[in-house]
Amino acid sequence: MTNDNIQINSAAEKRKRISYGIALLLVGFVIYLLFGLNTQAGSLTTFGLNLTSSQAIKVPDLIVPALPAIYMMAAISVFAGAYQLARGVRSTGWLISILAFTFVVAFLMWAAQDKSFNLTGMLSSSLVRATPIALAALCGVISERSAVINIGIEGIMLMSAQAAVISATLTHNLYVGLIVAIIVGGLVAAFHAYLVIRFKVDQIVSGVAINIVGTGTTSFISSRFMQSAGDTLNNSGTFPIISIPILSKIPVLGPVFFENNLIVYLTIILIVVVHILLFYTPWGLRTRAVGEHPKAADTLGVNVYFMRYVNVILGGMIAGVGGAYFTIGSVGRFDEIMTAGKGFIGLAAMIFGKWNPIGAYTSSLIFGFADSLQVKLQILRVPIPSEFLLMAPYIVTMIILTGVVGRAIPPAADGQPYEK
Amino acid sequence: MSNTTTPAPETGKKEKKSSSIWQELLVPVLAVVTGLILGAIVIVMSGENPFRAYGALFAGSFGSPVDFFEGIRIYFTTGETAALIKAIYPFTESLVTATPYIFAGLSVAIGFRCGLFNIGAEGQFFIGALSSAFVGYSIKGLPMIIHLPLAISAGILGGALWGMIPGYLKARFGAHEVVNTIMMNWIAFRLSDWLLNGPMKASGFRPVTPNVEASAELPRFFSDPLRFNLGFFLALLAAYLVYWFLFKTTLGFEIRSVGANPDAAKYAGMNIIRNFVLVMFISGGLAGMAGASQVLGVDHWVGQGFSAGYGFDAIALALLGKSHPAGVVLAALLFGFLRSGATDMQSMARIPVDIISIVQGMIIVFIAAPDIIRWFYRIRTAKKEETVLTRGWGS
Repeated sequence: MTNDNIQINSAAEKRKRISYGIALLLVGFVIYLLFGLNTQAGSLTTFGLNLTSSQAIKVPDLIVPALPAIYMMAAISVFAGAYQLARGVRSTGWLISILAFTFVVAFLMWAAQDKSFNLTGMLSSSLVRATPIALAALCGVISERSAVINIGIEGIMLMSAQAAVISATLTHNLYVGLIVAIIVGGLVAAFHAYLVIRFKVDQIVSGVAINIVGTGTTSFISSRFMQSAGDTLNNSGTFPIISIPILSKIPVLGPVFFENNLIVYLTIILIVVVHILLFYTPWGLRTRAVGEHPKAADTLGVNVYFMRYVNVILGGMIAGVGGAYFTIGSVGRFDEIMTAGKGFIGLAAMIFGKWNPIGAYTSSLIFGFADSLQVKLQILRVPIPSEFLLMAPYIVTMIILTGVVGRAIPPAADGQPYEK
Repeated sequence: MSNTTTPAPETGKKEKKSSSIWQELLVPVLAVVTGLILGAIVIVMSGENPFRAYGALFAGSFGSPVDFFEGIRIYFTTGETAALIKAIYPFTESLVTATPYIFAGLSVAIGFRCGLFNIGAEGQFFIGALSSAFVGYSIKGLPMIIHLPLAISAGILGGALWGMIPGYLKARFGAHEVVNTIMMNWIAFRLSDWLLNGPMKASGFRPVTPNVEASAELPRFFSDPLRFNLGFFLALLAAYLVYWFLFKTTLGFEIRSVGANPDAAKYAGMNIIRNFVLVMFISGGLAGMAGASQVLGVDHWVGQGFSAGYGFDAIALALLGKSHPAGVVLAALLFGFLRSGATDMQSMARIPVDIISIVQGMIIVFIAAPDIIRWFYRIRTAKKEETVLTRGWGS
């Protein structure tokens, strides 16, 4: 590296440092102007910490004086900004966390002043709402690590959601539904893999085709067969909530993490398992080698095509679980286009999580949080049109993609067919 | 696709002979036929008669020839036009359906030419429609010669700005346009929900905009039930302009070079950032124009879910047309006929419209994988360079 390069880098670093500092300062002032000035002195915000249906030990609600708390958040943000300008912190992750945390807390204080706001309920629903996004993201991670892009996740989830509800209703067994969903997901992904590996179809194009066919097929089956036979085909019931003994008694954490249905637990387990598989086993090493430099992997005796097939199909099966969540995991019936872009948001979560299962899960949680936040805020009658609150997760994604991740670097061979 | 071998973008020279044009059309035609056959199999599996269904589809998209000649006979004998209008109604309606498809397909195609994948045509379509509707109904008392171009430009500009944002973010920060255009779609849907329920809501119960003024409507060529309008010819004009721009101008050459090989283009001194932003601006503008043509030419108002499905259809069109304007026009006509006929098929043969999506998806698969078609029909491979369609996540 030449001197010029180093100087350019340090100049870029400096610019980045200053811009983060300014951003934090600005957020501090925005908190003061928007929320501080619009909050009555002496008003209290009540954060409920108990869920009525929960087994957890009851704890008293958290009651916070709104105005001082908002001022404190503004102060933290300004202080962090000033520190950043003066000294500079290496970890941008921390800066973003402070920025988001102070803003969200101050926002909640303002929105829920003189009202009660169930914090535990919101965290719990964040986790649930993050589940399909996380599964979609995990599907993306596992197949893109072997260099196959799959943007057909949305279509895969729709088809397996429908397959799950039909088979579960017919057999009166939710587990059959889940297994059928996994099989359907695997089959559709196998079709994608066959097209892109055997026929070298453009991967994005094949994914788009799967989305179109998926939407078309499910809507076709739904309007042709399911609408007239709602009870016999489209009424499966949902997985019950499983409370994990002892752990579910913990206040706040218990209802959030240990009182969920099978699919939510399964998601967390899958994330951990795939993470270990990818980074701590020979299989993972081969997968990543195939994704980064297939020629080298091939030379060393790794079967590139086989690895890609296996990864894409595994990914499809995970997306199948995600599809099952929509029907037998949450509402118990199928509606047309019920995935509502979750597959694509999952891809955003995957990129934001830098093609890493844990990272993908973390970013899915952020989306889940934003999603449940806007639902709560509608209940609180915040004087902001709910549509703007609904936009928040998408805007946040865009900001994050530009600011923090910048040039997110996919696996080197991502999207390229391999020819021996 | 041709990431390894990157040919220089073809020049606009007329070097294709008629036989090679047939060669080029063979796979798309067979793909469409195969897609329809697979659709027939689905229809059979759902317990209906495919001949009846496709008969209804054909009658719904082209009209019945018997009715047509009968209409002409009645017109010449009695001067009565009602029967004739009824006979040409399906055909013109298909052209009306094809109009926004042409614009939207061109929008995605021009992106592909530059190596950009614009999934956001749907959002740009919606924003374009809302902008032109706004100009169309809020300004009153202007003559058509001013008002109509104004409303159209508003639509183009709205879509263009909506498309330019992801283009800029891509060029400046390297943020993936695929994700950002999807995000912009959702933002557009929410924004339109708000606009249609609030500032732009017409008086009344439903969340729709007021009707645009008559001076902002695209003129129609026939009297009422026929909605065939100037938009169709504007679409053909746009296709020609895109062709001219891509293949006959320096800027177009740059765009195709950036699409074919960004590194080479950069070393040749081309400004990648400017090209990305410019292409997304044009692409968004075309999608916005699709929305404008639908509002000003057909519906005259905008409601919720106005743009549903156009984005993905547009991708299919660009692929089917191999990102070439002429190909896109043909593909858009095909989709227009399929979609418009499918509505009749639904009412007459009880086959849900969604069957068309299945057929469309299969067509895309076959177009993208010509090897399947060649293998299936035992066609000799005519080896030549494929066009670059997409570039993965890009970089």
